[in-house]
This record gives sequence, structure tokens and C-alpha cells, in this order.
Amino acid sequence: MLGAIGRSSVDELFDQIPAAVRLDRPLDLPEGVSEMEILADLTELAGRNRSAQDLICFAGGGAYDHYVPAVVWSLAGRSEFYTSYTPYQPELSQGVLQALFEYQSMICELTGLEVSNASLYDGATALAEAVNLARSSRGRDRVLVSGGVDPRYVETLRTYGRGSGYEPEVFEVQGGRGGRPEVGDDVACVIVQHPNAYGLLEPARDLFGQAHAGGARAIQIFDPLSLGVMAPPGDLRADIAVAEGQVLGNHLNHGGPYLGVIATRLDDVRRLPGRIVGETRDVDGRTGYVLTLQAREQHIRREKATSNICTNQTLMAIAATVYLGWLGPQGLEELGRACASKAAYAAERLTEVPGVELLFDDAPFFKEFPLRLPRPAAEVRDALVERGYLAVPLPDADGHALLVAVTERRTREEIDGLATALRAVLA
Amino acid sequence: MRGSGAPVRTQGPPDGRGTLKDLSRPGRRAYSLPRLDVPETRLPAEHARHGSVGLPEVAERDLVTHYTRLSQLNYGVDTGVYPLGSCSMKYNPKISEAGASLPGFQRAHPRQPDHTVQGSLELMWRLERALCEITGMARATLQPPAGACGELTGLLIMRAHHTKAGNPRRRVLIPDSAHGTNPASVRLSGYEVQPVPSDSRGLVDVSALEKLANEDVAGLMLTNPNTLGLFEEEIQRITEVIHGVGGLVYYDGANLNAILGRCRPGDMGFDIVHINTHKTFATPHGGGGPGAGPVGVSEVLVPFLPAPRVELREDGSFGLETAFPESIGRMHGFLGNFAILVRAYAYVFLHGRDGLKEVADRAVLNANYLAHLLKDAFPMEHPDMPPMHEFVATARALKEETGIRAMDVAKRVIDLGYHPSTVYFPLVVEEALMVEPTETETQEVLDAFAEALLQAHREAHEDPDLLHEAPVTTPVRRLDEARAARHLTLRW
Repeated sequence: MLGAIGRSSVDELFDQIPAAVRLDRPLDLPEGVSEMEILADLTELAGRNRSAQDLICFAGGGAYDHYVPAVVWSLAGRSEFYTSYTPYQPELSQGVLQALFEYQSMICELTGLEVSNASLYDGATALAEAVNLARSSRGRDRVLVSGGVDPRYVETLRTYGRGSGYEPEVFEVQGGRGGRPEVGDDVACVIVQHPNAYGLLEPARDLFGQAHAGGARAIQIFDPLSLGVMAPPGDLRADIAVAEGQVLGNHLNHGGPYLGVIATRLDDVRRLPGRIVGETRDVDGRTGYVLTLQAREQHIRREKATSNICTNQTLMAIAATVYLGWLGPQGLEELGRACASKAAYAAERLTEVPGVELLFDDAPFFKEFPLRLPRPAAEVRDALVERGYLAVPLPDADGHALLVAVTERRTREEIDGLATALRAVLA
Repeated sequence: MRGSGAPVRTQGPPDGRGTLKDLSRPGRRAYSLPRLDVPETRLPAEHARHGSVGLPEVAERDLVTHYTRLSQLNYGVDTGVYPLGSCSMKYNPKISEAGASLPGFQRAHPRQPDHTVQGSLELMWRLERALCEITGMARATLQPPAGACGELTGLLIMRAHHTKAGNPRRRVLIPDSAHGTNPASVRLSGYEVQPVPSDSRGLVDVSALEKLANEDVAGLMLTNPNTLGLFEEEIQRITEVIHGVGGLVYYDGANLNAILGRCRPGDMGFDIVHINTHKTFATPHGGGGPGAGPVGVSEVLVPFLPAPRVELREDGSFGLETAFPESIGRMHGFLGNFAILVRAYAYVFLHGRDGLKEVADRAVLNANYLAHLLKDAFPMEHPDMPPMHEFVATARALKEETGIRAMDVAKRVIDLGYHPSTVYFPLVVEEALMVEPTETETQEVLDAFAEALLQAHREAHEDPDLLHEAPVTTPVRRLDEARAARHLTLRW
């Protein structure tokens, strides 16, 4: 090949790099290794992690140990999907495009809203995009956030807001939920997480009503797996719904890749961020799929685009599509009922432990709930890990609060085991 | 001749078409869940759903057949050469997938205490160190889940730096050939975009840059090699001009794969670097994502990096630290696309110091060889300099002679068995064909791909209908994009 291009060495091809900036030494990295050695290295590192593989996982707070059926990654993991690029040549990408069209359809079915997109990065960044959408749609600046929203989401908004020119304002909740946002005529949106960061069910209809009364957009952060048993965002009159889609067939993966879900009303479709797939016809009249409304996007509109997103989480969206296809309407309902029932059972058993009570009495919850402990929660967490259980502390109650999440995966025996372990730890 | 077509499925049982919804039959199901082993609890009526969700009802068999068929309608790197310029679609080693699937990584919960995830944290620490060595930066964040988010992260760091100095400044300079995410990210970071013209050689017009540089300028965003695949020879002068007015220089890592082990952005004077892990470290692109967009910064910018950060503690353990008062904050709900970072780690350490340099060598050699094979039919837009890892050719002459456009050539290449190159990008080149063969293709594949392009070029003169009508071998033919945007059908 060198001969064909009239060169005597590969080095010549780099002659245009000025001598002063060339690296005159090898990179300070180890020599390359064989596949066996890199696998041994990774296996050793992974082996130093504990995980839901060896700990009984009651950890929640934004990521959950739901069961991932075998069929999900057997299909989403097909390399025609995972080694392909963004579908710029639609004739060679009908598989990804149709799967995304089905994903958008399923998200609309789930949320009761009219349009979705081909995915965003994760729940927190999807919320940042939703805020941009609401601010542009309403032409207003201020952003009100319920104190029941996950602090990581608020931190993400604060970061994004530094560039977009807003500072999220948190309104207080009472008893872990509710609150009264003061929706003046400069408020673009009111953000409510339902179920919220404590796992509690919010008076969402009422809060969204207050948002609308002030002319603001209502944004709901929802749990996709709650929607087999809970009223969907559309019925609650949310204008924009966003979610962490990890629960839809994606592994815990130590925090990512997850799936940013967004849905809204048709009026705002031209303000949606990211890729959108639409159905159309080919020259012979056959149904096919393309990326559409690209005039919103960075590669066409550049600085006037609705968002800078380019790469998204398509593969996670495909996994979510297969997962929702596996569940179907009945499975989604049965799974929701299992989570709610097991969480209720766990709350009952755990509050039998002396000194342990619900952090917020009588507040309804879906699949996770906060406990007040007689000892600092971080210590209790570490002691529970020693006994093989995982749960997440909350900063509330002076660091004496523990969040317990119960998915369909947890058995009665495991819940009883957690209660026994907690009793022993606190004894 | 019709052509054999790119290897995607075109045949199937006639009832295999339609969406999953079309396969739905009442009562059919794929799921199985354990019998409920606790008393059933119902949610309060005010929160309960009325009626069931309109999801398809299908058997697992239906699900498998349907999505297997969809996968077969799709072309991936595993299917064949995927020479999309600026996208770096190289082969994704299978060992990286195996590593990311280890249960200790795959089932780790992001809110586990640090002492239970030392393996993950050490992996992130080692990867950060390696990325800093490769780019010549002091520290890096692994949080951004994609390159565009990395851009925003870097620009927010730029803003924080200037704000601390008393004035955030107003504008960010971007060459006119830049990727669209650059201006979009600039806007999101609260800055205005100021385009910088290219000169006749396709490089930054340094005298124009000098005129634009002033104390309103927060910084410059640049790829090097640039979007035309050319190395900015005057890079030192460029970074000096920006530093001279107190600005920062941002390196868009889209093309870092071309210079691995040859030179480093830090040594060229860049202050902030993002990396697209799929381009440089062969993490799979997933049909559009997930990616990962780590951002490295020079020493002076370290305080502004996002938190939490992985830090090495005095006792030799690793921990996630959040106490950085000047940090821009959080760019992701958790730690970023961790499982993608595992794959990037596998790639970096599998190749090692010499292997990474060979990646760049091979990528540049392949691009030069392919450009040479195509030079008579599709000349490079800027032939005076040899390209680096990709090149921008033009079908302008072909269009003038025959009316055949770059898109027609691309569609014909599909019928001849290949995924075509990028077309119509960068926007500054007419009838652009942007080709990036990557280091993982062999000479035989490059020869065959070039021959397909040359055949299309010949056919444009001899039998242009073959190009006008292409593709004819695919599951669908050219799709009506205007109709899709006019009659919005975005769901079933």
C-alpha cells in the first residue's frame, strides 16, 4: 500500500505535524497484552466489586434490580443492531429505525402522551432537556422543582442551568411530598417526581393543576414500571414526562448506560430534542422509516438546534422495546402489583424492628419507601452489606434515613432476611 | 446490472412484515413472573390506573422472530465495511463486550458504598490516567455520556474559568467546517457562535482568526486533524493567538484516532479535550448510542471538573469525592456510561503504547491508500496535503458532467454491496463524499470498496438510471423524507 501511494514509510504521512508538537517518546502506557490477559485483568477488577450478583439488592434511588429477561439482550445484543451507526442511510437501517418507531409508540402508550423521541442519555439529562423544551415553549425563565425530586436531578439541572441561564428553585414538601409551588407568570415549568425520590406518591393532579393555573408546563418524572398499576402522566395532565429507563430491560451497569425517556404533547413536537423516527413510503409505495423533523437538530440547524444531542442511547431503547414486548399489558400490571405488594410487605416487616419506623407516616408509596433508623444510616448500610444486603441511605433525618426498594425480584424469604439482618444490626 | 446488494435481508415470510403491534392477539403473552408470595396490596384509588396499557400482546416466539428479522434489515460493522467519514466505524472487539458483561460490573448498583466497588473505581482511575497520558491533559472526567455532552461539559468549564476571572466573555470561535454539535453546544453553554473561515488549503485562516480574537472571545473549538481530514500545521500559532487574548482552546476529540501516540492535544496548546470513545477506542455505537465523552483538562482547569470524581486516597483505596466548591456540578445522573468505559479500558490496555500508535498509523495509511485509488474519479477537495485518517472527496465534476449527485453514488454503492461513505458533510464542500476506512479494514476490502465507487462513476456516464433508481436491492428503496415530515406518523 505504501508503494501504491509513493511513500517509503508510514512516518512520512505524519510529516505535516510540526516537529515541535510531535511526541518524541512512546506513550507512557503498558505494552499491549493478549485477549486472555485483558480478560484476566477485567475479571480481577470485576471480582473486587460486590454487586446485586452476591448482595441481596434493596437499593433504589434511581436505579433498580429488576429482572432482565433472557430474551432482551439476546435480541438487543444482536450485532447488526449494536455495531451499527445512527441510521443516516435508511435503506440499510430499517431494523434500528423500525425498532425505534416501536419504542416511541410504546412510550406513548405507557405515558398517555402523544409524542416521544428515539431516547436521551438518562433520566437526569432528560429532565434538563425537558426544562429547555418548557422554557422555549412558554417563553418564560423560571424553573420550580419539588423538594421530592431526586437531588442528583436537581444538581444536573443546576449544571445545565449555568449555560442556559436559569437556577432551579426548589419548593418545600411537607411530610415528604406535596408542597405549594408559587407559580407566577414568569415560571416556565413545575417539576414533580411521582413516585418521588422517597418512593412516595405525590398529589400530582393537584400540583400539575397549580402549574397550569399559573400558565406553566407540568413536568413529571415517572417510573415506567409503575404504569401497569398507576395512572399515567397523560391522565394526570402532565405536559412533559421524563423517566430513567434503566428499569426497562437494562442492567444496573454501575450507573450507565441507562436510558433517558421523554414524551410530550404533539403541539411541542418541533421543540423536542434528539432523533425522532417517522413512518413514510419508499418510491414503490412500501412502508419504511426515516429520521424526521431533522430541522430541529444540530447537524442541520447548528446553533439554532433544540438541543446538542447527537449520539443517544438507541441500543437501550431497543432493549426497552423488547422488554415491553415481553411484558405486554398483563405483565406490566402483574409486575407493578408484585412491586407494590412486596414493598408494602417489606415496610410492615421492617417497621416491626424495634426503633425502626416509616420516615413519613401514612404516605402512600409504590416500590420504595424511607425508614427512620435509631442509628446513622451509613453505618447501618455498611453493617447490612456485611450480612449480604444492600440498601441506600438518605441525607434526611440527620442521616438516620434509609431508602428500601423492593422489586419483583425480591422474595418473601429475602425480605424476611433483611428484617432479621436489620434487627441484628440494630440490636 | 442490478447489483448484489449490501448484505441485509430482503426476503422473509410475507406475514413477517408490520410492527409488533400487528402481531398482537388478545391474551397472548411472553412474560413469566413468580407467583406472588406476599399478600396483595393495591394502591390508593386516586393513584390507580384505569384500564390496561396499550402494549402488544405477543408470545416470546413472535418477539424473537420479529426482532431477529429487524436486526437482519440492518447493516452493522460486523456486516461489513462502514466507511462513514467523521464517524470512525471501526471493528468493535468482542473481548470488550465480554469484559463489560462480567457480573461484578453489570450488576453493580451506582449507589453502593465505595468500599464495595473498588474494582470499578480503580478501572475508572486507570482509564482516566491513560486518557490523560494519551491527550496530554492533567485530569479528566468520565461522566459525559456522549461526545456532545462532553462538549457542553468542556464549555461550561470554560465559562466557569472566565467567570472566576471576573467576566464569562461572550463568544466562542468555531471553524466553518465544524460538526453541528459544536455550535449547538456553544449555544447551550450560553455563548454566541463566531464562525472562523477556512483558507484555500482547507485550514483555519490564521490571519482571519487574528482579527476575530479579542477579549470578548471565551475560546476556540477545533478538531485536529480538522473536519477535512487535514492536520492544522499552524496549530501552535492558532493556540497562541487565542491564549494571547486570554481565551481557552478546546479540542474536539472526534479525530483523536488519527494521532494516537504521534502527538497530543496538550502539547499543541489545547486546554480542554473531549474524547468520543466509539471513534478512538472502538466502543460499539449501538445504532445511535450509547457513547461516552470523557473530558480532559489542563492543570488550571481541574477545580472546575464535574463531581463526583474518582480519587486515590492516602490509604491506597479509591473513593468518589464531591467536595469541589468550584466544580461545574453534575453532567449525568450517576457516573456516566460506565459499561462503555469498561469497553474503552479493554481497548486501551489491549493495544497498549505501541498498539495505539499502530491504530493511528494504519488508519492514516488506509485513508491515504483509498484516496489514491479514488483520486481520478472523486478527487480530494484539498489535494495539496495528504489526508490523515479520513478524506473529503467531491463528486462536483461528476455532477457537472452527468447530473449524478453524491447521494446517487452512495445509493448505487449500496446495490454494489457496501455501506457508503458520509455524503454532504462537511457542509463547506459541494457534493462531498467523506470517507473514513478506519484501521480495521484490509487492503482487499479497500480495493473492492474503491472498485464499487469507480464502477458507480463509470455507470454514471454509461447507464445513469442505475444510479437514479438505486438502491433496488434493499428492503425498502429511497424513502420520502419530505412526506415523513409533512404527514407526521411518529407512533403506531
